Amino acid sequence: MAYVAHDESDYVPPAEVEEVELYHPKTFIGKYIWSQDAKVIAIQYSITAIAVGLVALVLSGIMRLQLGYPNTFSFITPGTYLQFVTMHGMIMVIYLLTALFLGGFGNYLIPLMVGARDMVFPYVNMVSYWVYLFAVLLLMASFFVPGGPTGSGWTLYPPQAILEGTPGASWGIILMLVSLAFFIVGFTMGGLNYVVTVLQARTRGMTMMRLPLTVWGIFMATILALLAFPALFVSCIMMTLDSLLGTSFFMPAIVSMGQQLDYGGGSPILFQHLFWFFGHPEVYIVALPAFGMVSDLISVHARKNIFGYRMMVWAILAIGALSLVVWAHHMYVSGMNPYFGFFFAITTLVIAIPTAIKVYNWVLTLWRGNIHLTVPMLFAIGFVFTFINGGLTGLFLGNVTVDLPLSDTMFVVAHFHMVMAVAPIMVVFGAIYHWYPKITGRMLNDTLGKFHFWATFLGSYAIYYPMHYLGFLGVPRRYYAMGNTDFLPESAHSLNAGITIVALIVGAIQVVFLYNLVWSYFKGKPSGGNPWGATTLEWQTPDTPPKHGNFGPTLPVVYRWAYDYSVPGVDEDFIPQNQPPGEKTRGLEET
Amino acid sequence: MTQSVLTSTGASPPLPEGLQGIVADWSSDQRAFKKVPWGKAMMWIFLLSDTFIFTCFLTSYMAVRMSTTVPWPNPSEVFALTIAGHHIPLILIAIMTFILISSSGTMAMAVKFGYEKNKKMCSILLVVTAFFGASFVGMQAFEWTKLIVEEGVRPWGNPMGAPQFGASFFMITGFHGFHVSVGVIFLIITAIKVLRGDLDRQRPGFMTGRKGNYEIVEIMGLYWHFVDLVWVFIFAFFYLW
Repeated sequence: MAYVAHDESDYVPPAEVEEVELYHPKTFIGKYIWSQDAKVIAIQYSITAIAVGLVALVLSGIMRLQLGYPNTFSFITPGTYLQFVTMHGMIMVIYLLTALFLGGFGNYLIPLMVGARDMVFPYVNMVSYWVYLFAVLLLMASFFVPGGPTGSGWTLYPPQAILEGTPGASWGIILMLVSLAFFIVGFTMGGLNYVVTVLQARTRGMTMMRLPLTVWGIFMATILALLAFPALFVSCIMMTLDSLLGTSFFMPAIVSMGQQLDYGGGSPILFQHLFWFFGHPEVYIVALPAFGMVSDLISVHARKNIFGYRMMVWAILAIGALSLVVWAHHMYVSGMNPYFGFFFAITTLVIAIPTAIKVYNWVLTLWRGNIHLTVPMLFAIGFVFTFINGGLTGLFLGNVTVDLPLSDTMFVVAHFHMVMAVAPIMVVFGAIYHWYPKITGRMLNDTLGKFHFWATFLGSYAIYYPMHYLGFLGVPRRYYAMGNTDFLPESAHSLNAGITIVALIVGAIQVVFLYNLVWSYFKGKPSGGNPWGATTLEWQTPDTPPKHGNFGPTLPVVYRWAYDYSVPGVDEDFIPQNQPPGEKTRGLEET
Repeated sequence: MTQSVLTSTGASPPLPEGLQGIVADWSSDQRAFKKVPWGKAMMWIFLLSDTFIFTCFLTSYMAVRMSTTVPWPNPSEVFALTIAGHHIPLILIAIMTFILISSSGTMAMAVKFGYEKNKKMCSILLVVTAFFGASFVGMQAFEWTKLIVEEGVRPWGNPMGAPQFGASFFMITGFHGFHVSVGVIFLIITAIKVLRGDLDRQRPGFMTGRKGNYEIVEIMGLYWHFVDLVWVFIFAFFYLW
């Protein structure tokens, strides 16, 4: 059969940028604590994010205990319940997922995948992590201050967020807002690094259209974050002023507990606009890196080039652009001009088109592929399932008329946990199983991994599928206890109890994953440099794990796109990106 | 780390026609923006992000100005000074604006002399720019003092009308003044680095960039012009409206 390869060329332009001189520290502290190596920073980010994520996981378990067995646990009061809801949401969305995807995977994979020695500004990159850690510590400190953390819900809606009566209205909310502001400052430092590294520091031959989709996803997500976080930053500042100085940006005239407060004339809706101008892109800040990584996972483990690479890139760009103009679909019940609802419903539903393109392309990549059901592949397929599920319920909530009765019910909780919690976490797990060999030089245990996958995947369905039904029945979210209501049958309560049991089991099973991470680090099977037979540059490094500087004495040169799997007419079933075109082509070029 | 292969391999393939050519050109290897150093690209993207911050501040100000039920104080009355018996509206703001925009001029000249490697003129102009910036912040401090002490304007209320007036004013001009102050500090640092010749020797450390290259001065200039541009919008939307 003829030799066919997509986007292959033997032309490599001369180097435009001189080699960078990296700062090589000698001491342990310089190498691993105050490290400027993006890979070490990535590990620092990941460990911090996972640690704080475990706190949030425990919080969700406590919430489920209360929901499944109301009036049973005396240590869960209505106030603490709301505090746990708030902290669980905020930690998971921002401090775990955003930090892990961009700070963790972004730092590790971007320089390796684009063929750079490090991020372009290693020092700023280091500061980024330490500011992030400070933000995390501030947030955790709110558990120990008088009044505890804020209980205003992760959306922090004013006026209730800063009024007496909401838990943590004195200390907790301030710590939350300041912590968020620091998170944004730290993230901006890292984010500028990621964007400039992708744009300006690629190796010779690495065109943007040869980038692995992982890099495209992280790149677009970072741009979104740089444009969306300012809105949150501004709203944090304004709410801090409202709370501390008594300004009235978000505060209308209010009578609270029979007392006329000093506030007046502000606009609570303004906060909602600002918050969701950040909040909706935030969904895609989490989703786009997941999209990118899952594309690579599916392609590698199905031994097949990604279907429609260019379409995938354009879909990422289109989703990114559209996600900035859909924010008010979170505010259908806030009171808006109906024409606004009309506009935002249309843009929301239009996003389904590029998203559907991506889903079709994943499925078409799998189609007639040489599918290896490895643990990363299982998680990737699990992601496609949960994402389609969450996407379909998104169509319900995107329509104004359907959204109104479903708003603030368990249906919403089920929807966004399916699309924004389970789906990205599937990719996080898949990506860890996939890249762990490169990071440590050892494989994760396969049996434990498969057990972890099936327990997590089936468990998530057992948790969130019934929750949709509860939402249809009208069970509201964020309620401490339902009490006796006419519209809820007894079975709804037993369903809630069942969900709780499954949730606790699934939460506990994550210990298996942590055990696997630690055990494999010492006892795992040595992996070699490229255990999956992948084409991208991070698998072609001379050392595993890669040393500081990534690529040894010479930077790799890229001759082809990232998806040359099972190329017809080639013996090996993959061609690394830095392998020059075949002998025949080579000979022609030299004569 | 000794690789410096600068040779080309083979001939450059021609760009495709039409839209595909545009895509191929923009996505070409190594750098999307040719000849743009890393620091400059980073500053541009940071300024884009910062633009969103100020946009959010200004739109929030407009939103609360619409939502408040109390009449908005007339800025040209509030910010009027009586000089030598004449009541002149917005005179201080006019002087501040003039100074800040002039500082953009000296900054641009500093960039020019930087690229000419004229260390003396470059650092002098940087210091002049910093001086203009510092006097801008000084006048802002005077304006704040006057409002707080004489007019009784507070973030939570004022005698003239809507409490959001003081809140927005202190927040927006405070945030902008913070930007100017940071700029002044970095202008002085840059001036010292230029004068000492750090940029020629690529003395290791903060903000020295590539050897013999004065792009740091230009990057500083980008930031400074941005701060000026933001002031124009604050002037238009807060003081003139």
